[in-house]
Amino acid sequence: MTLEIIGISVLWLFLFLYVIVASIDFGAGFFNAYSSFIGKQHILTGIIQRYLSPVWEVTNVFFVFFFVGIIGFFPQTAFYYGTTLLVPASLALILLAIRGSYYAFATYGAKINHRGYIYMYGLSGLLLPAALSPVLAMSEGGFIKMDNGQPYLDYWTLFTSPLMWSIVVLSLTAVLYISAVFLTWYSSKAGDLKANELMRKYALIWAGPAIITATGIIYELRGHNPEHFARILDLWWVFAVSFLLFAGTVYLIWKKRHYGWAFILLMGQFFTAFFAYGASHYPYLLYPYLTIYDSFTNEAMAIALIIAFIAGLCLLLPSLYLLFRLFLFDKDYVEGKSDYHA
Amino acid sequence: MDFQDPAFLSRILTLLTLSFHILYATIGVGVPLMIMIAQWVGIKKKDDHYILLARRWARGFVITVAVGVVTGTAIGLQLSLLWPNFMQLAGNVIALPLFMEVFAFFFEAIFLGIYLYTWDRFEDQRKHFLLLIPVALGAAASSVFITIVNAFMNQPQGFEVLNGEMVNVSPLLAMFSPAVPTKVAHVMATAFMTSAFLLASIAAFRMLRGSTHIYHKKALFLTMKLGLVFAIATALIGDFSGKYLAEYQPEKLAAAEWHFETGEEAELILFGVLDGEEAKYAIKIPYALSILAHSNPFTEVIGLNEFPEDEIPPLWIHYLFDTMVMIGMWLALFSFVYVVAAWRGWTFIQAKWFRWLTVAGGPLALIAIEAGWWFTEVGRQPWILRGHMKVSEGATTSGQVDLMIILFAGLYIILGIGTVVVLSRMYRRNPVEKELAARENAKGGEEQ
Repeated sequence: MTLEIIGISVLWLFLFLYVIVASIDFGAGFFNAYSSFIGKQHILTGIIQRYLSPVWEVTNVFFVFFFVGIIGFFPQTAFYYGTTLLVPASLALILLAIRGSYYAFATYGAKINHRGYIYMYGLSGLLLPAALSPVLAMSEGGFIKMDNGQPYLDYWTLFTSPLMWSIVVLSLTAVLYISAVFLTWYSSKAGDLKANELMRKYALIWAGPAIITATGIIYELRGHNPEHFARILDLWWVFAVSFLLFAGTVYLIWKKRHYGWAFILLMGQFFTAFFAYGASHYPYLLYPYLTIYDSFTNEAMAIALIIAFIAGLCLLLPSLYLLFRLFLFDKDYVEGKSDYHA
Repeated sequence: MDFQDPAFLSRILTLLTLSFHILYATIGVGVPLMIMIAQWVGIKKKDDHYILLARRWARGFVITVAVGVVTGTAIGLQLSLLWPNFMQLAGNVIALPLFMEVFAFFFEAIFLGIYLYTWDRFEDQRKHFLLLIPVALGAAASSVFITIVNAFMNQPQGFEVLNGEMVNVSPLLAMFSPAVPTKVAHVMATAFMTSAFLLASIAAFRMLRGSTHIYHKKALFLTMKLGLVFAIATALIGDFSGKYLAEYQPEKLAAAEWHFETGEEAELILFGVLDGEEAKYAIKIPYALSILAHSNPFTEVIGLNEFPEDEIPPLWIHYLFDTMVMIGMWLALFSFVYVVAAWRGWTFIQAKWFRWLTVAGGPLALIAIEAGWWFTEVGRQPWILRGHMKVSEGATTSGQVDLMIILFAGLYIILGIGTVVVLSRMYRRNPVEKELAARENAKGGEEQ
């Protein structure tokens, strides 16, 4: 295993974790706003405040970890992606700010529960994946072009690309699906039957669109990037495993059984698909300009980063365990029997 | 000033983001220590007022942290969005502390979430207090790592340049550039000092508004004592910073001091107006610059004449330097007077005018923080990586920076107003007198 592979695997793993935890966060906000909109407000508010408020900053760090890490391991990505992502990444930052300020001002602070704010918070949960996911399309090549040795983003090609739009739609359906499955489990643990019923319904509704859009992307890739498509076909069996895991989740939720397992199977589904997709993308970070090999940092830095990563992990894993034990696996807390907020 | 130039616009946006973020970052680093001290005093003295003080500070603190997380994420990403060429080059050498900062922050965020949501969950207050230690450590470590990156930009080392690429990289050597000790110490001490004076401002303000509860007096006395300690520390470290500059970045010191010709027995110039190379209407302290630079009134201080015209920072940083130093000295003196008077029982510190001066302390300290960072950043011009890369070479070529400036300016205005409104509303709705009464009632209920 080369240093390059270790580096990209670590980053990809953290991106995967971000996708999961951020999807839960984004989707929950949207469901909350939606139920407020159709008049079933406060079914989800309690759950969102109990689970999301203590952990949203941790969610955000996964994102920071990814972009700081990729510049560390692959500094050349700053040149290509930094220049071209100015607008989409800035928009994503603004949306993240809306979410952060909602937690700060509405849940920690004076408990401003203005409807407009709830809607903005909910909407930002949908717009964020839409702002972030086009990067995946851009990495397939054809959208970032060179002019006088400087990269630029061809917006027209991007916005008229069916590939880009199918990735955006997938990100939306995936966010809603992941979040609904997680909240089905969390609400059943909390013993909140009303919320559980609602979330189970949402999980079943969004399962179909999620799997259809995921398949759609593979189809779109065939035309857009045949090289990548061919590599995906080589890994067909991993995607098949992923589909079986998906079917398992839907079955359990349908049968109202073992919601915890349903969520674990869902993590497995996304893990296999995410890593199969990543592996088939190898070795490119950006078709056709940038591979993990020619953009890699020097050996001394790579080793230093990996050592720092291992040391950091030794610090983080016990802390994360403590966090989850207190807020995810603590029965009294989850059921809302105790409130110890400062 | 070229409003078409992406490099100039990138500077504006970075200035905007950093100037806003540093307010929250300073509070984020400094206040956890204040909360810790208050909670510790409360546990030791078995004084519920200090515990409540810690709790109320924590409530406000978490709001500033949330905004700080948002703006911190913004500046973290903007480094790559606005300065891609710089990050591509420097990423090879200085990525390590950036990466470690993420872990430190991770650590802090996890324990802050736990600390905040576990008040009274433990029987033993000391257990809850322990949770605060990782928060304070994580916050301090974050600032150390980020300051290390800034130190590297001022005094880069740990690599060789071969054909425009950085080779023979030593990540650890790069982290411990000569700029690190003074810079890190200065950042930490000023964060503690500013936080103490900010919290003192709040206490003094409540008292001016007619609150007579002993709670506020305890808060004020505690924070002013802490403010004094860290103001003295800041002054000492500031002196070392001057010596660092004289040794490693003499052009920055010379520009700040309008010291044009290399010479011995150099005088320190305060304020004034520049007429050619002559400082008019200025206060000139003989020998003081030589003392600041080398602890000896007769030593030589390098002047601007030793540097090429296009490598000299703008001379208006003189005013930034003066602002920072004056506020720092004033706050040290002011808190000294307060503490002495409080011990001696002099009553003038209870007068209205003195309380108003106390209220001014917090905002003044924040102004000093801004002036200090502007001084160090503008004072590095024209370099982004001193001696290796100029700011203009590091910037993006994107044509949309102007639009982003408007977008982020709007965001920061909303976040700034939101912070003030939410904080004041939160405390006004639940004043300390009310909360103390509620706690008394709850306790009475338990005993019966």
